[in-house]
Amino acid sequence: MTDLIRLSAAELAEKIHSREVSAVEVAQAHLDRIEAVDGSADGPGVHAFLHVASEAALESASLVDASLAVGTAPASPLAGVPLALKDVFTTIDMPTTAGSKILEGWRPPYDATLTARLRAAGVTILGKTNMDEFAMGSSTEYSAYGATHNPWDLTRVPGGSGGGSAAALAAFEAPLSIGTDTGGSIRQPAAFTGTVGVKPTYGGVSRYGLIACASSLDQGGPCARTVLDAALLHEVIGGHDPLDSTSIDAPVPAVVAAAREGANGDLSGLRVGVVREMGGEGYQPGVRASFDGALRQLEKLGAEIVEVSCPHFEYGLAAYYLILPSEVSSNLARFDAMRYGLRVDEGASAEAVMAATREAGFGPEVKRRIILGTYALSSGYYDAYYGQAQKVRTLISRDFAAAFAQADVLVSPTTPTTAFPIGDKVDDPLAMYLNDLATIPTNLAGTAGMSVPSGLADGLPVGLQIMAPALGEAVMYRVAAAYESTREPLVAPEVKA
Amino acid sequence: MTAPTLVDFDDVVERFDPMLGLEVHVELNTNTKMFCGCPTEFGAEPNTQVCPICLGLPGALPVVNRTAVESAIRIGLALNCDIAPWGRFARKNYFYPDMPKNFQTSQYDEPIAVNGYLDVELDDGSTFRVEIERAHMEEDTGKSLHVGGATGRIHGAEYSLLDYNRAGVPLIEIVTKMIPGTRERAPEVARAYVTALRDLIKALGVSDVRMDQGSMRCDVNLSLSPRDSGVLGTRSETKNVNSLRSVERAVRYEMSRHAGVLDAGEKVVQETRHFQEDTASTRSGRIKETSEDYRYFPEPDLVPIAPPREWVEELRGTLPELPWERRRRISAEWGLTDEELRDLVNAGALDLIEATVAEGAPAGEARSWWVAYLTQQANTREVPLDELPITPAAVARVIELVASGELNNKLARQVVDGVLDGEGTPDEVVAARGLAVVSDDGALIAAVDEALAAQPDVAQKIRDGKVAAAGAIVGAVMKATKGQADAKRVRELIIERCG
Repeated sequence: MTDLIRLSAAELAEKIHSREVSAVEVAQAHLDRIEAVDGSADGPGVHAFLHVASEAALESASLVDASLAVGTAPASPLAGVPLALKDVFTTIDMPTTAGSKILEGWRPPYDATLTARLRAAGVTILGKTNMDEFAMGSSTEYSAYGATHNPWDLTRVPGGSGGGSAAALAAFEAPLSIGTDTGGSIRQPAAFTGTVGVKPTYGGVSRYGLIACASSLDQGGPCARTVLDAALLHEVIGGHDPLDSTSIDAPVPAVVAAAREGANGDLSGLRVGVVREMGGEGYQPGVRASFDGALRQLEKLGAEIVEVSCPHFEYGLAAYYLILPSEVSSNLARFDAMRYGLRVDEGASAEAVMAATREAGFGPEVKRRIILGTYALSSGYYDAYYGQAQKVRTLISRDFAAAFAQADVLVSPTTPTTAFPIGDKVDDPLAMYLNDLATIPTNLAGTAGMSVPSGLADGLPVGLQIMAPALGEAVMYRVAAAYESTREPLVAPEVKA
Repeated sequence: MTAPTLVDFDDVVERFDPMLGLEVHVELNTNTKMFCGCPTEFGAEPNTQVCPICLGLPGALPVVNRTAVESAIRIGLALNCDIAPWGRFARKNYFYPDMPKNFQTSQYDEPIAVNGYLDVELDDGSTFRVEIERAHMEEDTGKSLHVGGATGRIHGAEYSLLDYNRAGVPLIEIVTKMIPGTRERAPEVARAYVTALRDLIKALGVSDVRMDQGSMRCDVNLSLSPRDSGVLGTRSETKNVNSLRSVERAVRYEMSRHAGVLDAGEKVVQETRHFQEDTASTRSGRIKETSEDYRYFPEPDLVPIAPPREWVEELRGTLPELPWERRRRISAEWGLTDEELRDLVNAGALDLIEATVAEGAPAGEARSWWVAYLTQQANTREVPLDELPITPAAVARVIELVASGELNNKLARQVVDGVLDGEGTPDEVVAARGLAVVSDDGALIAAVDEALAAQPDVAQKIRDGKVAAAGAIVGAVMKATKGQADAKRVRELIIERCG
């Protein structure tokens, strides 16, 4: 039974639904694994979790078992399968911190729509995963609760902001997890940990109950070790939500069917676009080699490789670092000690308490972005900064539209480098920001993107990014599954905690 | 702080031109808030009408209330505005404890309605056109209650309590263009405009427009320039002007104060001031050293508002008869002079009379009840006329009872008193108090005979044809029957008995 943790979500679901194993056994196996390898922030271990909800997980699993025992059909294809939830989605029965001191111990009075959908689907929520504070960061080092360690090499970062969700998969602490992707926070950690991470079309997954980083960029999405598992989870969490005005009122793309079709390994007739501007200077040689190998594989599967140009992508990073901090500066204004969260009672006025609380409660990266955003939105600068950045956004969308007229999907390396050592870039924000060079355009355009493992470079995982037009997830999953079918799964070395 | 020097009003208008601007906030009477499903009812226990959305909890998102948009469009149309085919909400960023998100979701440079006007009627019957710059949607803030300070102000308070029931209640802010050329009529124009706006919005049925409950709030912007100079002065913005009378008084006070400052050779400070009801003066609030930087940007959590043309036209079709059109019609129907009509409007009696007429009462009687006896009762009870505990239907019933002879005027007043005292419907009061007119001729004839016998000289005069003398006998009979006799029938009987 020890190898339950090595199974995919699809395999686990089949065993649970056929009552070969119980959901409780599966949950317990993963809880034991977490106990064994997760450690703590100070000690050794992965430190993927901020909160482990053992009791709630076992109870939820036992309800699934009880329901199956009386012959009721499973609530969803993932009923009884464990999942690790990024600590940025509200959960009524668990603390929700967004990786910040300012929300330490906060118990939300409501479930996020995504949380509610997971519960309704019978998914076992194991706990909440570590992240860069308010999803700002590319290494999980900016978590107020200590860094997460990459299971491939515990001295290295797992990426971020969703490093906890990605590391939990690579360390076999969970077969499924949820991330959020504002500029690459699902895809970059997936690349660094050799897992699969999907950023759905903006509006494809409800943001209600997702603690906002940048509202116009944030998107929740599925993380898994296989493309099919990600697709199964995608269909559980996706779809219109009347509580989110920006949620798309359209059916969820049929990604499970697409993933199964792709697994047949036939991509003939499909055009795969290589973006000329992505993958040149600044990309680690091993990453480029892995990417070239992936292109050859896609060609072997019958895809036609075409080169496309997206000339405005080079402005993406700059535009992103104006739009994101601007929205952050406003979204994070509500953390003022008046209603919930941390309160530093220094000073005689509400203003003094607000200032002292925000000073103590926010970490350096969050403060940096609040200051940047406050400046960018201020009177007299708005047009030059926020206004210009929005124009770049439009141009990037047009680049995508032109590229998707020539290709069904676009591909690039997910990240310029493999996982870097903990502490390497924490004091160099610009170097940190460059991690998201290849992933940011997708967020700015609101289109879909994902990362699938494309092998190792110097012993560390590399990711292949596949991008698709808005609501074009089906073709993206198909290509990903086809490519995955040509490769042996990447398995991280055993973690010694 | 030294008391400001005030210049006599007549002197002010002699030497200065006022420039007026009015910003009116109207709380819509939608059942739910602007961006969530919480109820909006006034007066609930603090923090009982709140949810994750209007408390601005992490992760919560707004969804626009369609009815609020509908109300905003109807207000815009009634103010002769253009309705924007596309517009976004913006975030107005500033920190204040009663604002849950520390930004207010409001329309900024893309308001739903622009470029309209409102023709308002002045006391002399003339019409003054006030141009409307815009009407836009926003959400209200919560309320702070400062405890322990001397004045209920934040300064000196020991602690503050926060009530978020009002947070997120939909507001429409209606902003006039600068109103030039009002001269000595500036205070009157300001009051007349707010009055007209109140009546208009009431007629639309989209707000309670109760200034005393804060569902309508007015800010008065005022500046002075030397007469006929055309030079624009520095303005003050007076908040907290919470009655029609205060609007007029605030304008008057600020004109006198500005003139005092200018006469002293000083500069008017651009600032927010607060109106003080008790002294009819204004007090300096926070000084705007620079214009506050609200860091507006489009609200990314909401999709743009794009009302389809057909919807706007459909809403145009739902506009009720506008108050001034209605007044013109009523005035023609009831044969009123302009002055009579104005008195009714000023007394707040027009709606009540019309409703009474709608219940079947003749206009003349309905009018007479509301402007005479009921107005007097309202004054005695110190409540507005429309808050007297009697419905137009009840008044109409009393009028009907008089017309059918079942009540006379004196008894009718007693029935109305009973209704006002909560004794029930007019019919219930009649029954309970035994107030029906005595119309049994047998009983009346006995009383008439008795009265004639008591005053033989008067009886003789009547027999001699001096019918006018019957009045004394009628009086005696009425007294004997405790007023419950039908005076007209009594007179007939007297003539009959003396015939």
